[in-house]
Amino acid sequence: MQRNTSIAIIAVIVMAIGVISYFAFPPLFKNINLGLDLRGGLRVVLEAQETEGEEVTADTINKALSILRTRVDALGVKETALYPQGDKRVVIEIAGEDDPEAAVNILKNTAQLQFMDEEGNVLLTGKNLVDAQARMKQDGSGQAEITLEFDKEGARLFGEATTANVGRPLIIVIDDEAISAPKVNGPIMDGNAVITGNFTAKEAQDMAVLLRSGALPVSFEVMEKRSIGPTLGADSLDKSINAGIVGLIAILIFMIGYYRLPGAIADISLFIYTLLVLGTMVALGAVLTLPGIAGLALSIGMAVDANVIIYERIKEELRLGKTLVASIESGFKRAFVAIFDSNVTTLITAAVLMYFGTGPIKGFAVTLSIGIVASLLVALTFTRYMLILSANVTKNKKLYGV
Amino acid sequence: MQVIKRRKWFYILSSIIIIPGVISLMLQGLNLGIDFTGGSITHVKMPPGVTSADMRATISELGIDEAEVQKSGDEFYLRTSELTQEQTDELMQVLRDQYQEVEFMSAESVGATIGGELTRNALLAIGIAAVLMLVYITFRFEWTFGIAAIIAIIHNVLVVLGAFSLFQWEVGSAFIAAILTVIGYSINDTIIIFDRIRENLRNKRKEDYEELVNRSVGQTLNRSINTVLTSAFPLIALLIFGGSTIQLFILAMLIGFVTGAYSSICIASSTWYDIKTREAAA
Repeated sequence: MQRNTSIAIIAVIVMAIGVISYFAFPPLFKNINLGLDLRGGLRVVLEAQETEGEEVTADTINKALSILRTRVDALGVKETALYPQGDKRVVIEIAGEDDPEAAVNILKNTAQLQFMDEEGNVLLTGKNLVDAQARMKQDGSGQAEITLEFDKEGARLFGEATTANVGRPLIIVIDDEAISAPKVNGPIMDGNAVITGNFTAKEAQDMAVLLRSGALPVSFEVMEKRSIGPTLGADSLDKSINAGIVGLIAILIFMIGYYRLPGAIADISLFIYTLLVLGTMVALGAVLTLPGIAGLALSIGMAVDANVIIYERIKEELRLGKTLVASIESGFKRAFVAIFDSNVTTLITAAVLMYFGTGPIKGFAVTLSIGIVASLLVALTFTRYMLILSANVTKNKKLYGV
Repeated sequence: MQVIKRRKWFYILSSIIIIPGVISLMLQGLNLGIDFTGGSITHVKMPPGVTSADMRATISELGIDEAEVQKSGDEFYLRTSELTQEQTDELMQVLRDQYQEVEFMSAESVGATIGGELTRNALLAIGIAAVLMLVYITFRFEWTFGIAAIIAIIHNVLVVLGAFSLFQWEVGSAFIAAILTVIGYSINDTIIIFDRIRENLRNKRKEDYEELVNRSVGQTLNRSINTVLTSAFPLIALLIFGGSTIQLFILAMLIGFVTGAYSSICIASSTWYDIKTREAAA
């Protein structure tokens, strides 16, 4: 290739990378999913409580998840993620609420509705519920009540229950707590009932939502809870980004100082590398956590490693007296095996971490893996092309630090 | 680079570093965080002038036991038995009544059963990672390299664990990620040197294993040093500017990386030499 053509191509590439970086980085940073540790929020791990004779299966957890999702939507809890963990657990992550604890306290209610007679026999449960609505009591007390509508089967059972208990109270129990015990005046056959209790309007609304969404198939206990205040999250984000930039600048200076021309090429390739990693994370919807930022910084260090291995190899070949282009070619070829084997072993640990880790740790493993693959790609394509281009421009071995 | 001739000294140096750590591990163990033991940590920012004693007094008034108060500037970390949401709310309320300008930073509660699982999963993860690497290295190289690499890994993990035990730095779930990263990173380092030994073995000159290892280590030395430098830059920056939340996580990696570079150059190659010459003699 002509020397001038090479100069022109290099100039165009460098300018293009500059322009793309300038326009692409801000939206990438804006669109990346931040973990709760960086934006503030609440993460709760709930565990299904096994009762005798009732085993918790994957099916139970899936049912519970779908009920919880209905509740999240109906209650309007903002920016919530729900997912299973292991065989018996459900994770709830809430990022968009001022009081996420309150939201979780409502969500995790089993909402098991039961009608009992005085002897404690269960006559009817929430299973037969079609609808539940909150409304204000008509007596002007400012209290709310919940109206219930049963299905056909429920209406029949309710009819039987009220017929059998005329003059006596029917006890309405929600999650093992007696809410009210109205006296039955006469048989009710239309399948409609009202729960009155000391509800505020908000409580009645929430309860109606829970009853409507159905009872959770099992009750859940809080196993783990982490809540990050918004100040701490924002602070961690700022500090780690600043630290990352300082670390990055140190790398850039070191590479130019030590490796001269190829060092500068490595520095340019780092911009492409970072774009690639952030772009992949946005595209995959991966979550950037605080350890994830460390993983990112680390993978940049390791991306440089690929360059270091290649350049050291090229220097060796140059010292053997080969020409520049021949040195670059054989340097790449020989360095590749080393880079490949070393990166596969690192990927193995990242994969193990991804499998066993939860939350932030998983975020770290994902970021690290994306980083490793991206660094291989960039080193083997872009860096190589740029080195050959620049070899067309100057054959001065001093620029290669030899 | 006369690595092999000096290998006894490297073994002694490593022993001097590792043995106190191992003794400490046996005597006082690790300072396990709530991720392992269960319990709660409430992190708050208080107005200036509030002391640890003030905080302890407030906590004991609430009847919460096992309180350990850690102060860092105006921020306090209150480690207690596992708190319910109501207890956390009550604690925050009482603090706000007493000191007004109280900022909630974070609160973590972990049930005791989670801790046991974490330990089990951690050991399992490290075990699986080690086996997978051994398999891969045996497949790509030969078993002598695999064994030497695993010994180097154990060496590095012991140094990090020992340091955390000696200084009683707190160990949380992120620590496991740090250890696994150290493993991945140091194996990466070791592989680069082994790759060169493998290559030099193929186009073997008239030289014995000692010269071969020395030459291979020498050829890769620049890379070994430069890579640990470029990886350490962002870690050091995060350690200094990154805020307190991830400091120990970063510290574990930094210690591990530096140890990893040292052990790849000095320990892994020496161990391989010892195994290989013994195998060749047998």
